Amino acid sequence: MDTSIKKTEFTSVGTPPNSIKSILSTGTRPTQANAFSASVTFGWRALLKIKHVPEQLFDATAFPIMFTLMFTYLLGGAIAGSTGEYLQFLLPGIMAQTVVMITVYTGVAVNNDIRKGVFDRFRSLPIWQPSVLVGALLGDAARYTLASGIVISLGMILGFRPEGGAPGVLMAVLLLLVFSFSLSWIWTAIGFIARSQESLFFLSFVVLFPLTFASNIFVDPQTMPSWLEAFVEVNPVTFLVMAMRGLMHGAPEVEGIGITLAISAGLVAVFGPLTMYLFRRKK
Amino acid sequence: MNRMENLNPAIEISGLTRYFGDVRAVDGIDLTVERGGVYGILGPNGAGKTTLIRMLATLLQPSAGTAKVFGHDIVSEARTIRKLVSLTGQFASVDEDLTGRENLVLLGRLFGFSARQAKIRAGDLLNGFGLIDASRRQVKTYSGGMRRKLDIAASLVVRPELIFLDEPTTGLDPRSRNQVWDIVRALVSEGTTVLLTTQYLDEADQLAGSIAVIDHGKVIAEGTPAELKRSVGTSILRIHLKNKDQKVKAKEVVALMVNSDFTEDTDPFRISIHVEDADEASHVISALVNASVEVSGFSLGQPSLDEVFLALTGQPVKTESGEDE
Repeated sequence: MDTSIKKTEFTSVGTPPNSIKSILSTGTRPTQANAFSASVTFGWRALLKIKHVPEQLFDATAFPIMFTLMFTYLLGGAIAGSTGEYLQFLLPGIMAQTVVMITVYTGVAVNNDIRKGVFDRFRSLPIWQPSVLVGALLGDAARYTLASGIVISLGMILGFRPEGGAPGVLMAVLLLLVFSFSLSWIWTAIGFIARSQESLFFLSFVVLFPLTFASNIFVDPQTMPSWLEAFVEVNPVTFLVMAMRGLMHGAPEVEGIGITLAISAGLVAVFGPLTMYLFRRKK
Repeated sequence: MNRMENLNPAIEISGLTRYFGDVRAVDGIDLTVERGGVYGILGPNGAGKTTLIRMLATLLQPSAGTAKVFGHDIVSEARTIRKLVSLTGQFASVDEDLTGRENLVLLGRLFGFSARQAKIRAGDLLNGFGLIDASRRQVKTYSGGMRRKLDIAASLVVRPELIFLDEPTTGLDPRSRNQVWDIVRALVSEGTTVLLTTQYLDEADQLAGSIAVIDHGKVIAEGTPAELKRSVGTSILRIHLKNKDQKVKAKEVVALMVNSDFTEDTDPFRISIHVEDADEASHVISALVNASVEVSGFSLGQPSLDEVFLALTGQPVKTESGEDE
């Protein structure tokens, strides 16, 4: 077929180019968004995604409820003699577990953005590049807060009474947010190299199940065989839960808090730069 | 940036190379793209088009060689380049979970507009691109054509000096394709330089003032569409007969006059053959009339870019689908 025929075959319909021209000629160039406002804008994006895809909150709402109810009533009688007493012991830990388990979604979101091509658009913008990740982590902080709120509310209904009062609970939640935020960087880094969401989830199970179950969340480590106790005693989650229990029950443990903060700083120091390195060299 | 102050070409590429493992996706490309107009990068899937654009858009570092965009180095001055260029393509996309409007407001905010300005700009773009009715729907519900228009609108939140369009019409129906072409022409008329990659030869012919043909990461030809066609050497003459029973006779007459083989033509009423020029074509037509072969029409066309590609590479354009890296 001749090209001359093709040219007349598809006559122009729809968008009149003049409307496009006027958009282009009126376009102004704003002063650039600073690092802070770019990060907040990406945080806003994360919240919009929650609004449009509310089912992604399932893990931040259903998990906490399931875990709290299940473990309190399943193990309470056997371990502490009564579910009420066990709840006092379990709740800070179960809060830590539910939030630590959902840190993987940070990496899933990054992985998704990369595969869908959204990431490249953001990377081609004249903005402070890490703001994409910082914004995503801000959005995650909202999810972590929601999950923590659900666990504590449910706990209160079931009879959890924190001796540290509201300030103690708030401090414990804050510490948990700091730790989870730091841990998220691992998943962000892996999100850059994982081939698929499935492999990311699988990896998270392999890492997070031992970290949360082989800890002091459910039982006193002294009841464990010595090899397991040795692992539990160096498990970062153990220190986190130790610190959270102390804060919630009005007996802050400086050691637990200090080590948790040190581990958090270490995670960011290692995985922050690693993530940014992967971010820059991504294909 | 005031464009009067910067008189460098839009793009200068020298020896640009990128390996992925052992594969040389881009293998020593030299190119200069002047300001204004559409520059077409033409090549089949896997030729290295996307890799080239990703490097120019500062998303990917070269393994060797250099490239400058408006005189700025793509490695050391990446951030300056990001202020001047926009990127639209298979890989630089929008967020499917958000609505069209939210995507544009998001980008407006990232470019530094206030919340109010960003909303106004998003509204203007949605109106201009005919997307206002769909503006409050999630992008995942958009048709291919709407989606592509939103992708381009997202690149125009702040008017770029240079826009990269990576296969902007791949997978679109003819109507949507035509709309995208109109948008490209509007961009050019407002002074934006467009670097367009395509595997549609017709598209490069329609839009581009200059074309580089690339294959296996190398530039194998460069020039205007007319120059490329001329480099193939001949024009194609197509003769439509009134009576298909005369096809054999017509071929005999033509074969006596033209020193080339017939190109295959499945239409029983038509014969096609390469001729040197219009003179030769007119002699062929008069010979047919003298031999009482009834001719209902004829056309003399330059070879299509498909034929150019075949002549340059010795291979027909590959049509298998696959990711272009």
